[in-house]
Amino acid sequence: MLDFTRIRRIFRRMRFLFLPLTVLLLFGCSRSEPPADLTIVNNIEPESLDPAVIVAQADMRVVQGLFEGLTRLEPVDAQAVPGLAQSWEISPDGKVYTFHMRPNLVWSTGEPITAEDVRYSWIRALDPKTACRYAGQLYYIKNGEEFNTGVITNADLVGVHVLDPLTLRVELKAPTAFFLDLCAFPTLYVVPRQTIEKYGDRWLMTRPLPSSGAYELVDWRLNDKVRLRKNPRYWDAANTQANIIDMLPVGTANTAFNLFQSGQADIVWDKELIPNELLDVLLKRPDFHAYTVLGTYFIRFNVTRKPFDDPRVRQALALAVDKNRIVTKITRAGELTASHLVPSGTRNYHPPEGPGYDPDRARKLLAEAGYPGGKGFPRFEFLFSGSSGNNNQNIAIELQQMWSDVLGVQMDLRRVETQVFWGLQSRLDFQLCNSSWYGDYNDANTFLGMFQSGDGNNETGWKNPQYDSLIAAANNEVDLHRREQYFQQAETMLVRDAAPIIPLYFYSGINYFDTNKVSGIWQNVLDDHPLRSIRKIKAQP
Amino acid sequence: MYFVRRILFAIPLLLVISALAFVLVHLAPGGPFDGERKPASPEIERNLKAKYHLDEPIWKQYFRYLGDLAHGDFGVSLKYRNHNVNDIIRQGLPVSVLLGGLAFCFAMAVGLPAGFLTAAWRGSWVDYVGSFLAVLAVCLPSFVVAPVLLLFFCLKLHWFPIGLWTTPWHMILPPVALGLYFSGKVTRILREGMLNAAQSEFVTAARAKGMGETALLFKHAFRLALLPVVSYAGPMLADLLTGSFIIESIFQIPGIGVFLVNSSLNRDYTLVVGLSLLYAILIIGLNLIVDFAYKLLDPRVKYE
Repeated sequence: MLDFTRIRRIFRRMRFLFLPLTVLLLFGCSRSEPPADLTIVNNIEPESLDPAVIVAQADMRVVQGLFEGLTRLEPVDAQAVPGLAQSWEISPDGKVYTFHMRPNLVWSTGEPITAEDVRYSWIRALDPKTACRYAGQLYYIKNGEEFNTGVITNADLVGVHVLDPLTLRVELKAPTAFFLDLCAFPTLYVVPRQTIEKYGDRWLMTRPLPSSGAYELVDWRLNDKVRLRKNPRYWDAANTQANIIDMLPVGTANTAFNLFQSGQADIVWDKELIPNELLDVLLKRPDFHAYTVLGTYFIRFNVTRKPFDDPRVRQALALAVDKNRIVTKITRAGELTASHLVPSGTRNYHPPEGPGYDPDRARKLLAEAGYPGGKGFPRFEFLFSGSSGNNNQNIAIELQQMWSDVLGVQMDLRRVETQVFWGLQSRLDFQLCNSSWYGDYNDANTFLGMFQSGDGNNETGWKNPQYDSLIAAANNEVDLHRREQYFQQAETMLVRDAAPIIPLYFYSGINYFDTNKVSGIWQNVLDDHPLRSIRKIKAQP
Repeated sequence: MYFVRRILFAIPLLLVISALAFVLVHLAPGGPFDGERKPASPEIERNLKAKYHLDEPIWKQYFRYLGDLAHGDFGVSLKYRNHNVNDIIRQGLPVSVLLGGLAFCFAMAVGLPAGFLTAAWRGSWVDYVGSFLAVLAVCLPSFVVAPVLLLFFCLKLHWFPIGLWTTPWHMILPPVALGLYFSGKVTRILREGMLNAAQSEFVTAARAKGMGETALLFKHAFRLALLPVVSYAGPMLADLLTGSFIIESIFQIPGIGVFLVNSSLNRDYTLVVGLSLLYAILIIGLNLIVDFAYKLLDPRVKYE
């Protein structure tokens, strides 16, 4: 039996120790580590640092410092330039690439990096067991899709062949104009085979972690920070600017802004991390930088449901939207209105003009479809996601008003949790919903390809064999001009004739940093900022 | 014996809690792998589900989970796929425990004297001011208190850093913002308790025997009035130790509270169940400690 009198006595004697113990505990819990050269606020916690797992841009921005592909993006305008490969030859039909690796490439731990490692990394991303969500980026390689979907099980049939330790031969299904850009995409990064085979899914927890990029991973504490240190064995280490970089996972705009404002962070590089209420004031400051990026905000119709199965109805709704009101009243970060899906500024492509704001034609089309003045038009529902009061909601309210004013049709709003939204969207369980798309690489195909009939990202129910064959023709074309024409015909069909989507605006990217204190970040259309080129300008004594 | 029985009884309770959490979070629409970027082929989605056994019937998944749990393994987080739930708890819980512990100390350090003084000087200006402040502390939610503290102490006065959790200097404002509500609660509970105790028979008896008012308040009324505070402190501590989503997000603190909320939004099944269990274990454990403390404080309490 417990002796409570004794316990009481012990407590009484110990009570004077509580305060000193608390103070001791506080100091014990604080950490002493060297300060970082550069602190970057990087949006929410990375889901993973495995190039074959990640899908979010914030995750890619960390991983891009750790691993590299055959090519890498240069920081000014995000063009693919030689990375782990120093040169390559492309066959005249554009289908065979022969890459020559740099000699003397090593992992940060000292072992050599060879063509075999590249092959391993790509086959790993395609291996069904890896369950890589972005495996589609490797479907351009011969038998890539077949291997990933289990049609073939022999990895040797995939068009990636090691000719010698420094030479890799890649066979593609079709001349893929953007293949060199893909080689700089995280899914195709080169990852350390030995470590992965030894530790499985927990390979990123090992230290030292072999890295092929400009930085190595020092520390990764969830919701705390990712700490990177310059990899002295990187082939271009002489040009790596900062020694230690801290990447902070911050998901709230106010916290991000406070950290920046009080000097605890040097760079904030996500437009979601700007307090919306302060947008107008902040964008006038010299340390806030807004620029156009390859991203489009648009509305999806579910064309399998009445009355949206009628293209005239979809066109009418598209023509009744005053997009200017949305970018000036709601988004307010210098976004450009969109009449087409592919943003202007996409390489080798000039998008065709789509439908503008034309209320009269909109009413005429709706009348032709059998609903003059909106009479008889069923009430319908607009699905959107996110927190209350965000842009999605404000845009939905604006659309509701415009369509009621111009066309006399009534729309209900339905807000759901984000995870629920994705599920409803992919099951086509909606009538209209908000959508957005950011280009993975600088080419029209990253936008137009997804509206092919079988594509997982189509999500409108719209299928058109003619559209499919135009996209296929473009991707089989070596001549860039003819390729552009095919894409233009396809895009015209998409936004003007069939209109399963209504493009609203092109995104602005925003980052904030003091140009007197930080250099090496350029505003480019891919919103890509390699860590290796960023540095803090030392104050002059 | 009593305490051993209580601990044994907790096991079936935890099983029920884990089963409920498991089923409920699986019933919620949307899954952990739904996202804006749909995989290029449905095969990829199938591979992902197969890899994490999400393609199996739910009872099978649950028993698989229990099997791992028996080995102390909470499973792999479905959102943060390189981390185990164990890793996440190991990294986040100590931070939340420290934050919550400090907030607890703050609440007690402010609430107990305030409660005592307002009761001792009942009806005077001390009582009115103290009670008003206590009500204010209870009414102001932490998402109001925290930004106001930040604005005043960090942005205007520059006394404290604005966020993060690295030096003792960072560990002052967040516990205050988190503990303020509880300090108000403790003040009110203690004041009530003291006023009730002052009317109880044994206090009257002590007074009749000629005991001084001060000694009466300290030795008898205060001690009895602590009991409701102690029974409130158990669940309060569990609440504080498992972190606060709001305080942790505002001050950018790497605790467990952010995961508690985000895991269910992300449909991170294993993390939701793991954290629910952790919360349940804390509540059960702290309630046990409360009962233990009762015994220390009140000689009348006997457990069989």
